[in-house]
Amino acid sequence: MKMNALKGAVGALGFAFVLTSAGDVAAQKQGGAMTVTYKDDISTFDPAIGYDWQNWSMIKSLFDGLMDYKPGTTELIPDLAESYTISEDGLVYNFKLRKGVKFHNGRDLVAGDIKYSIERSVNPETQSPGQGFFWQIKGFDEMASGGAQELSGITTPDDHTVVIELSQPDATFLQIVAINFAFAVPREEIERYGQDFGRNPVGTGAYKMTEWSLGQRVVFERNTDYFREGSPYLDKIVFEVGQDPSVALLRLKRGEVDVLGDPIPSANFLEELNDPANKGMIVEGGLLHTGYITLNTTEPPFDNKLVRQAVNMAINKERIVRIVNGRGVVANQPLPPAMPAYDTAFEGYPYDPAKAKELLAEAGFPNGFETELYTMNTDPNPRIAQSFQQDLAAVGIKAEIKSLAQATVIDAGGQGTAPMLWSGGMAWIADYPDPSNFYGPILGCGGAVPGGWNWAKYCNEEIDALAAKADGMAGADQVDARIEMWRQIYNKIMDDAPWVPVFNEVRFAMHTARIGGEDIFFTDPIHIPVHYEYVHAKDVE
Amino acid sequence: MLRYLAHRLAASALILIGVSVITFGLTFLIPADPVRMIAGRSASPQAVENIRHQLGLDKPIPVQYLNYVGKLARGDLGRSYVQKAEVSVLIKSRLPATLLLMAGAIFFEILLGLPAGILAATRRGRLLDRGVMIFSFAGVSTPHFVVGLLLLYVFANLLGWFPLSGFGTLSHLILPALTLGIAGGGWYSRMMRSSMVEVLGQDYIRTARAKGLSGRRVVLVHALRNAILPVIAMVGLDIGIFMSGAVVVESVFGWPGIGQLAWLAIQRIDIPIIMGVTLVAAVAIVIGNLLADLTVPLIDPRIRLR
Repeated sequence: MKMNALKGAVGALGFAFVLTSAGDVAAQKQGGAMTVTYKDDISTFDPAIGYDWQNWSMIKSLFDGLMDYKPGTTELIPDLAESYTISEDGLVYNFKLRKGVKFHNGRDLVAGDIKYSIERSVNPETQSPGQGFFWQIKGFDEMASGGAQELSGITTPDDHTVVIELSQPDATFLQIVAINFAFAVPREEIERYGQDFGRNPVGTGAYKMTEWSLGQRVVFERNTDYFREGSPYLDKIVFEVGQDPSVALLRLKRGEVDVLGDPIPSANFLEELNDPANKGMIVEGGLLHTGYITLNTTEPPFDNKLVRQAVNMAINKERIVRIVNGRGVVANQPLPPAMPAYDTAFEGYPYDPAKAKELLAEAGFPNGFETELYTMNTDPNPRIAQSFQQDLAAVGIKAEIKSLAQATVIDAGGQGTAPMLWSGGMAWIADYPDPSNFYGPILGCGGAVPGGWNWAKYCNEEIDALAAKADGMAGADQVDARIEMWRQIYNKIMDDAPWVPVFNEVRFAMHTARIGGEDIFFTDPIHIPVHYEYVHAKDVE
Repeated sequence: MLRYLAHRLAASALILIGVSVITFGLTFLIPADPVRMIAGRSASPQAVENIRHQLGLDKPIPVQYLNYVGKLARGDLGRSYVQKAEVSVLIKSRLPATLLLMAGAIFFEILLGLPAGILAATRRGRLLDRGVMIFSFAGVSTPHFVVGLLLLYVFANLLGWFPLSGFGTLSHLILPALTLGIAGGGWYSRMMRSSMVEVLGQDYIRTARAKGLSGRRVVLVHALRNAILPVIAMVGLDIGIFMSGAVVVESVFGWPGIGQLAWLAIQRIDIPIIMGVTLVAAVAIVIGNLLADLTVPLIDPRIRLR
């Protein structure tokens, strides 16, 4: 056993530093309220179920897991765990729980709650979309198939110790226990509410939900028993849902609401961005997101690598960034820039229609070919697809645009009936900040099955083996080697060119001057879209 | 009258059974797999089949239909695939806002549509007639979001007479109801006009005029009673239409009605909600028509219900 010495105290020190680096530290006091608007109603607050960008961060404010991330960063810190150790072989994780943590119903958190909560996500009856994340825990297959009632790999020697045994080493495991699906829920409340727990959430988090008027508003109030002293800042957050983003923008300018949960509407974006009155109110931050075109590698003509490389050179990505009002940066590889293993030295395929034509001729398509390009039918995606269509026409490829509802496009991708598919509106936002998260389901062989999310149906056994090897490198001394290995994996993938990576989205968040907090808390890479625990009201006395 | 009612109710039941079959059948035409959407992107094929089995979606279609109808008979609309909440609870939570907006919209439709239609009919071919018809045409053809945003910008943002968004007080209701009322009022005025023009040409009206009754009395008492009948049928239809929600207006004004629920459910292919809302709308259309048919004899004693 070797100590992986990350004590809670060290973690606390970590974000104290983040906070003191902010300019308005002196003004930060607990108290005050903030109103956030969203267009869509919230689907659920059940951490085992909720899996959309809107409820992701809200669930993080209501619940906690063994691990979390240093605010504004992708760096892991212990959360409900106070410390942990990992065995030499990387198979046994021993978490010591923080003492004195209470659920919102007043009960103390014990080790059994952690075991129960993870098992609940794995239990097929829960129908959790996060079930698959726990594949590495011993006993997963038995429980996921409905045979076993618990995970044999999780044991609780005492109320403050959780021991998790893996069936094989997994370097991403600490990310997995930081993911929403592993958050602690109290069994008695689940039994009380059943499937309605999602509307009656009870967690250990910084906020507790005190009101939910369906379709109208949700109110979070500060959890005065929260285990982190001095956190959160706000006493109350009101989420108003069903709010049209353009109307929400008008209301924000009148001070009726404080934060736009949705992106600034395209039609108003440039005007608002350039308006000097909005200085300091619009903040910018990268998302762990990549927008890409998938090329179905199992069917002609895209089963030919030269054709796929040609398409990579035919697409004018700069123009796409202009179409999205500059809310993105050109991408040349699957990983977004904020992700570990992103290769800054990688040059990717240049925009070179002449070269693309040469490659097509070499591949046996001197006069191009006809194909179909699937896209989701909401703005700006059809406009983006039209731009691709023009680029492709310039090298002789006639692409017919299939602009359809989201679920239909996903289905076409899954069934492998889409020769080309633009991922916009459905694209991958990372579940956790690790390069492996961009591989498995969307580029690995496991996802290249009917209904899977690997829409290029790209399956390279050699790369799959490398990926498995990389994720087996769980030792603390292997971190750099592992990241380097992932960098090579993505370089190899780009040589095969199953995708055309197009751009990485940049989020522009808008908030009133009354609400303070470092810019990064409004565009947090993990607590997307807003880190509700770390923003504060400036007008608190 | 009672016999008529029993007959109509029986017919309505048949219609609803038909609707349930069609709604149920439609969900199989959706070119997407709802189970995949529930299972998430990293689900194994086994996990997907597991969920399909739990939802009973692996059973033969007639069995699925009988299960669905069986639950329906007990008032159980099922649970949302995505939210896991009971569909009946979700729909119930949207009912107050939906009913209120319906009432407000019909109020404005009548308030704007009827007088305009009557005025146009009595001044047929003259400037006023043309003006009313142009306005009604514009009202009917302008998309809801244009009218809505315009009203919102002028009366809420610039003048500040009404709140920009939300639900709760009478002042929240006026702009969304007016938006719907302007469009619907256009239809009402056209319907009222043509119906009134027709009635005004009839013999009994000539007789009434010959008796020396004032023009106003002839139009508002003698002619209106007959001319209004098609308008009542239209109100009956509107009840059904508004019950299925006014998606655009609800979204512009942040109105928590059934339309937003349905729209989101369609985005997420949350089939139980889509089916629930469709069924509620169908029931409302049936009830609306029934109400309209029952109201007619109160106004026109010549019509008896048998």
